[in-house]
Amino acid sequence: MSASPLLDGALALAAAWLAIGFAGLAAWSRTAIVARLLFPLGAAVGLALAGVALAALGAPAEARVLPIGLPGLPFHFRLDALAAAFLALLGGAGAGVSLFSAGYFRREEGTPPGLLGFQYHVFLAAMALVMLADDAYAFMVMWETMALASFFLVTANDRSAEIRRAGYLYLLIAHLGAIAILLCFGVLQANTGDYTFANLRAQHLSPFWASAAFLLALAGFGAKAGLVPLHVWLPEAHPAAPSPVSALMSGVMLKTAVYGFLRIAFDLLPAQLWWWGAAALAVGIATALLGVVFAAVQADMKRLLAWSSVENLGLVFAGIGLAILFGAYGMKSAAALALTAALYHALAHAFFKSLLFAATGAVMHATSERSLGRLGGLLRVMPWVGWAALAGALAAAGLPPLGGFAAEWLLLQSFLFTPQLPNGFLNMLVPVVAALIALVAALAGYVMVKFYGVVFLGQPREEKLSRAHDAGGWERAGMLWLIAASVALGLAPSRVVEALAPVTRLLAGAALESAGGGWLLVPVSVARASYGPALFLAGVLACFALAWVLVRRLYHGRVRRAPAWDCGYPWQVARMQDTAEGFGQPIRQIFEPMFRMRRHLPTAFDARPRYAVEVGDPVWHALYLPVARAVEATARFVGRLQQGRIAIYLAYSFATVIAILLWVTR
Amino acid sequence: MSLPGAASQLLEIALALAIAPLFAGWVAQCRAWLQNRSGPGIAQPYRLLHKLFHKDSVLAERASPLFRAAPYVVFGCMTLACGIVPTVSTDLPLAPAADAIALVGLFALARVFISLAAMDVGTAFGSLGARREMLVGFLAEPALLMVFFTAALVTGSTSLTTIVTTLSSQELLIRPSLALAAVALVMVALAENARVPVDNPATHLELTMIHEALILECSGRHLALYEWAAALKLFAYACIGIALFAPWGIASAHAPSALLFALPALVGKLALAGFLVALLETLSAKMRVFRVPEYLGMAFLLAVIAMLVKILLGAGPQ
Repeated sequence: MSASPLLDGALALAAAWLAIGFAGLAAWSRTAIVARLLFPLGAAVGLALAGVALAALGAPAEARVLPIGLPGLPFHFRLDALAAAFLALLGGAGAGVSLFSAGYFRREEGTPPGLLGFQYHVFLAAMALVMLADDAYAFMVMWETMALASFFLVTANDRSAEIRRAGYLYLLIAHLGAIAILLCFGVLQANTGDYTFANLRAQHLSPFWASAAFLLALAGFGAKAGLVPLHVWLPEAHPAAPSPVSALMSGVMLKTAVYGFLRIAFDLLPAQLWWWGAAALAVGIATALLGVVFAAVQADMKRLLAWSSVENLGLVFAGIGLAILFGAYGMKSAAALALTAALYHALAHAFFKSLLFAATGAVMHATSERSLGRLGGLLRVMPWVGWAALAGALAAAGLPPLGGFAAEWLLLQSFLFTPQLPNGFLNMLVPVVAALIALVAALAGYVMVKFYGVVFLGQPREEKLSRAHDAGGWERAGMLWLIAASVALGLAPSRVVEALAPVTRLLAGAALESAGGGWLLVPVSVARASYGPALFLAGVLACFALAWVLVRRLYHGRVRRAPAWDCGYPWQVARMQDTAEGFGQPIRQIFEPMFRMRRHLPTAFDARPRYAVEVGDPVWHALYLPVARAVEATARFVGRLQQGRIAIYLAYSFATVIAILLWVTR
Repeated sequence: MSLPGAASQLLEIALALAIAPLFAGWVAQCRAWLQNRSGPGIAQPYRLLHKLFHKDSVLAERASPLFRAAPYVVFGCMTLACGIVPTVSTDLPLAPAADAIALVGLFALARVFISLAAMDVGTAFGSLGARREMLVGFLAEPALLMVFFTAALVTGSTSLTTIVTTLSSQELLIRPSLALAAVALVMVALAENARVPVDNPATHLELTMIHEALILECSGRHLALYEWAAALKLFAYACIGIALFAPWGIASAHAPSALLFALPALVGKLALAGFLVALLETLSAKMRVFRVPEYLGMAFLLAVIAMLVKILLGAGPQ
């Protein structure tokens, strides 16, 4: 029996993912083996990993040094409660997505299936090892492996120029983030030259250097999580990837950023300053608002979901910021509440967003269509996918009794603690943030009604949609697993909070005591606040059933089918329904200052009148394009030196030699 | 769960189911009187429900099971909402299942389902109604939440029964924060219940309707359930207003006999609230849909200001 059975198990499972990846390389173009054997195996590994992680949540931390990597620079691994919570997320959501992928990768995706399987499993293994790494070196190696594997997955279909562009943007910003993280580790080691996390933890940095490290971490992990203003890659790259990969990236990879940020802000940095929390809170809420408003105006279903991921990660970071704020003032139980809310939201988002991306994947396979303007009415032809997506959409809309709502409920509860802060300015400001969070949550409902209503309800907007086929067995199994997890997360919040208690005890020094036990979620006391989703669901269902039975008993259940009424208008065609643009129009109008909009209005004299509206991201124009232009201008200026004639280069050499001689003989 | 608790819970739900149509009828009757009409009488909603339940449900050919399930979901949500808001007693076994935030979530759940059902058939009016309903919803929901937050900050709890118990045991005084929150709640309630400045349940004018557009394709028992649910929602909002701003006279857990006093008190307060709604509806004109965000934005701001006032003057009697 080894000294660290759980860590060894987790490492072995990560290695199993790598092995499956290499097996994929061997089965280069044999779709059947890759899809029917390797992906289900990967799902089993994911489930096992989730099991190991759940066992490790309550167990003491385990560490191990493996002599791989450079000589004299071994990899350190450690499995503590924080890593275990995120490993459980990775394993659980990864298993569902892998099951779904087993049915999904049946056609050419541009990349041979074996290679795709290799990249996919390396991606999974790298994410697991990022969470297990216990020194900066191993962390960065795994972090970069993860970024590269996902880059190749994003560009799986590299024939499309749009996808190549999205991949490039992703790679660029991922590396900007990686540089920031690298610098952050550099600051943290404080000239000791020892990059193990144990040493980083032991350093006592001055407030200035600690703040520098914190800001670098916020920038570095913010780039991965898609925080404003480093979010621009996310709505490009996530939709470009094949859907299961989008699911993994949105559901799981974004959470590695949350993990890394928590690791540095709570574990490695010695003390916290209040304004760190304020900064994270401000960035988080700005991201959430921008994400949800842009999600509401999208006309492409995967971009809509990607923007919704931006929103959700913003909420997670807002929760973390609040936890830092509370922690800085020594309010441990309030910090634990906010942190639990953030972790809960990350967990719930992993499952429902994976589910929604999986559903879009099934829709794209069946219809080869991504644009909301050419979908519609799919619930009738694809009932499995339709009902699965309904569960995902309700969870994403933050509706009780599903998982998203429980997390939002905890987050709003933690805001009600803020009047106890000893800082008057924050006391004023934080409730305003709570109002913004309420607005974001309500807007998320708008976005999900738009997404679900336009894709799955109404009349099909194209002829071919009525021939769409439903998802296959593997895809159904994957989606069912994700639904089950989403529902379980929603119905048993006290269990989830209990499971997360070791994490908050580790990070915030306190845990949420769920006094209600069983089915009731009670952060402080029943008199203060309580939420019991199971009882809640039972109540709604009982009313539902009673109404159903009584109506049939006392009256009748007769139904007549007839053409739709629509105020008596007889010529109803699919184009009379609201389009995605139409559904987004009120949002465009209300939040106009947040967009960069170009409208083309027809005049009375146009032979073919056209109305066009283009919605752009102002951050892109305000920040990225100027930088890009500056780089280009510099390059052009430097390019003048390159004349391509040998005489000129010789003249340069001559001038340089003269300059050096003058300098030396001075 | 104690026996009197279960009894008062059942009484509360039964009372809501029975009184809600009467309350809607009372508002309509008051409107008629204020407009110099004789009115249909306050029992009219019962006759309407009875008639609709008798009729066959005509379903559109394209309607999916979602369309048929939605009326029951909406009805279930509204019934549960009425069971959670304390009206006659604060001894409610269901109350721990959902506090004020979850109550807002419950309304959101109903709104999402009714909107999805409206989009299901794929008609022009259905999707128009769904869009407008969600538009009203996403602005009204945070405003309602902020109203609850103000009350939660005053009482230190988001549990509705605790809020009501705390407020009803305090002496009568005007709190500026709650006054502002009350104005915000009235504005939200008018918008959420399809009342005049935002919507007019008495017309079928295509350009302005919201609620009627949502349920345009429904008939028979489905329509009856939606109408009943709408009455329950109006009732729930009236009860929220009463619970937050005029909770005196409600029966507490320890005095079940106080129900005898609580019931007439509730009826009196409801009669007044209904008359107030009718008066507001008569005095104001229907606004254009594009003005609705401004109206609701104002309600939202008022609610946030109410909360800030509470925090600013935190130490005082606010």
